[in-house]
Amino acid sequence: MTLIDNAAPTRRSVLKAAAGLAVGFHLPAKDVLAQAAPPAAPEINAWVVIRPDDTVVLRMARSEMGQGTRTGLCQMIAEELHCDWSKIVTEYVTPGQSLARNRAWGAFLTAGSQGIRQSQDYVRRGGAVARTMLIQAAADAWGVPAAQCTAKDSVITHGGSGRSVRYGQVAAAAARLTPPQDVALKEPKDWTVIGQSVKRLDTAAKTTGALVYGSDLKMPGMLVAVPKECPVFGGRVASFDAAKVASMPGVKHVLKVGDTAVAVVAETFWQAKTALDALPVEWNYGTNRAVSSQTIDAMLTEGLNASEAFVGNANGDARAAIAAAPRKVEAVYSYPFQNHAPMEPMNATVVWTATRCDVWCPTQNGEAALIATAAAAGLPQTSCDVHRVDLGGGFGRRTTHDWLTQAVLIAKQVPGVPIKTQWTREEDMVQGRYHPVTKCKLTGGLDAQGNLTGLHMRISGQSILSYVFPTALQNGRDPVQFQGLNAGGNDSQIGYSFPNLLIDHAMRNTHVPPHFWRGVNHNQNAIYLECFLDELAHAAGQDPLAFRRKLMGNHPKHLAVLNAVAERIGWGTPPPAGVFRGIAQQMGFGSYVAAAAEVSVDAAGKLKMHRIVAATDCGYAVNPRQIEMQVEGSFVYGLSALLYGECTVKDGQIVETNFDTYNVLRMDEMPKVETIVMPSGGFWGGVGEPTIMVAAPAVLNAIFAATGKRIRTVPLKDQNLRA
Amino acid sequence: MAKLNINGQVVEISAADDTPLLWALREQAGLTGTKYGCGVAACGACTVHIDGQATRSCAMPISAITEDQKIVTIEGLSPNGMHPIQVAWRDLDVPQCGYCQSGMIMAAAALLAEKPNPTDADIDAAMTNICRCGTYNRVRAGIKQAAGSRQG
Ligand code: FES
Ligand code: FES
Repeated sequence: MTLIDNAAPTRRSVLKAAAGLAVGFHLPAKDVLAQAAPPAAPEINAWVVIRPDDTVVLRMARSEMGQGTRTGLCQMIAEELHCDWSKIVTEYVTPGQSLARNRAWGAFLTAGSQGIRQSQDYVRRGGAVARTMLIQAAADAWGVPAAQCTAKDSVITHGGSGRSVRYGQVAAAAARLTPPQDVALKEPKDWTVIGQSVKRLDTAAKTTGALVYGSDLKMPGMLVAVPKECPVFGGRVASFDAAKVASMPGVKHVLKVGDTAVAVVAETFWQAKTALDALPVEWNYGTNRAVSSQTIDAMLTEGLNASEAFVGNANGDARAAIAAAPRKVEAVYSYPFQNHAPMEPMNATVVWTATRCDVWCPTQNGEAALIATAAAAGLPQTSCDVHRVDLGGGFGRRTTHDWLTQAVLIAKQVPGVPIKTQWTREEDMVQGRYHPVTKCKLTGGLDAQGNLTGLHMRISGQSILSYVFPTALQNGRDPVQFQGLNAGGNDSQIGYSFPNLLIDHAMRNTHVPPHFWRGVNHNQNAIYLECFLDELAHAAGQDPLAFRRKLMGNHPKHLAVLNAVAERIGWGTPPPAGVFRGIAQQMGFGSYVAAAAEVSVDAAGKLKMHRIVAATDCGYAVNPRQIEMQVEGSFVYGLSALLYGECTVKDGQIVETNFDTYNVLRMDEMPKVETIVMPSGGFWGGVGEPTIMVAAPAVLNAIFAATGKRIRTVPLKDQNLRA
Repeated sequence: MAKLNINGQVVEISAADDTPLLWALREQAGLTGTKYGCGVAACGACTVHIDGQATRSCAMPISAITEDQKIVTIEGLSPNGMHPIQVAWRDLDVPQCGYCQSGMIMAAAALLAEKPNPTDADIDAAMTNICRCGTYNRVRAGIKQAAGSRQG
């Protein structure tokens, strides 16, 4: 199996882009590109191209960032196309091509665990339409009714005569047919490709160093820019002394970028970075210089008791019920800023001329990247395009394009020359778009029998939407804030029924920009709710699982995953000596998930996570093995956040500048992960994110079981878990 | 001008003495399989072998390496990607985004060369590379499978 484009743009897209340019550059002389010269091959429809040699080219609008979307989408198309799986290659379409064809490929956004669930219908349809046309072309050639012909593994057979023909032989004729309006999709029970743990299509090049990431792109005449933004968000460049570094080795340009950044452009990254480090820059930090983690915490604390707040979910009269309850339990939790820190720092390669701008970059949203490119380039979108490469991690950071805007503004100052803007890790750490910072005060009332009579959950802190899509606010309220806490809906519904409930949000924004971060607001909401329910259960002297079950009668799917992990971990049976258990459940991104953790905490307070069981009901499971990988990966991401993830603010800037101060989970701390995939059918849920949200609360609840000390602040790194 | 023995060939590198090996590999030798993750020896994405030792190339200036020291990068680990670690990686679908995997594979290959049958503790001690996608459990399984295939 070969992939023509997993590493770099197709030659065709490059040639097309280059044709509009004065410079006749080409992309890196890597083997992958040598294969990327497709002979003019018949396009059956937007998704499917069949070459005469039977190669099946499937077109991708969503981006591959490691989550397996490419393979999953190929499974969806192939299910209906009936093609030979071993003949599949994929290519990225560009947002420019999509724009020119009335958005033939739908959305490009690859986030919110929706790469598959939001495109499953139209990509399956694309496969079915193509198969119908290929069969029709064969039937026409034989002069027989199409209904007498079937297709399997890229071969069409006529039932009566036994004649057969390969897809490649009829593709040209099929491409000339009018696509059928109505095609029937297979029933889930008839699927043979969807639901199979097929191997990924794109692994080989990742084992030899052959895969070309954005950071690896090379073009003749290319220069490398290393930028530095004002370290205080909202600050500006006051002055810089270009002469001091202009004669350093390799340096070509020392630039101001917009009002907020400087950049050195040199022959190589190392030369540019060396000169940038030596460049004297004066900043106008502005008033945000006065902001620190302490001032932010004080602002959030004020919000916990503020009289005004946006209501996310309410029934009955929670305040009155709690006031009347014989026992009241109250706790305050905190969740910090965190950086996405994908392994590949931000980068983009740009060629700008007065009439055209092309960029090559890893992005989670090609269409948004095109909009950002055009705006920064000062050109219409039709004069720009975005050529995607696979991402060295995304996690939400690459759904926003501040780094691309910057790269275009740099390249614009060096017209006609390919400029690769490459961030240092330090820049990536201090110029992030962070996991939002929040605190939460939870108050619950218990009656004499230990039943929960009322729950008030007051969230105070940042709203992502007010930074990212202010137009999506509803009368100022950020609906995304309540992920996992919603009364209804099929995306992120709360899994409990409370007799009296109030969940509200006091919006308190800071100058540190927040963004979608794998799991988004579920990460803190799940900790707040699932740990506090644990607190209530212990206060009521009840088993945490039994306490939850009483509230879950109306939520059978939530309950099913919770029961599944409880059973697998052996809840109710004694754990190994010194080992303690915790559980959590949540619904998000359309899927129901639960986790049960086993941990121990030694006398010195050192945590060991032995084992976590995860259950996922994602409706339909496209590739169970991929789901396992996503569950394991989401746990590493979520547990890194729990153990270490914290960006602090001092003098208005982010303090942690690299992995030495922003540590993450490593192999020695990784628990065993057991994944239960239990698709109940009838809906399409995501898998990239959901399980992240139950990892941390399950572990926190297990820590309490081990120590009797409740940890209410993330991360754990500077806390003594026992004393 | 430095002379470096990279993947069995002596290559002339024209870069300042303090240039880290990582950048000499990526920008002078044109070998981009070795990745930049942190630049401060904290993540392992840049791991190569120098005389068989797993080494974080971002923290190794080229002036500290002599011509007779043998540097091996991911591109030179095996002639056709058939090192047992690479085979196991493909068999188990270890990589997710893949960006950390060159470093992971080089660290794992050095471990196996030293300890053909590593214990979990050996793996924990040797494999301190960061993977943000979270492939650790598959990395561990891949090392064990590769070790097993060598025994067999
Ligand atoms: S780039 Fe060398 S250890 Fe991170
Ligand atoms: S596979 Fe993506 S960082 Fe390891």
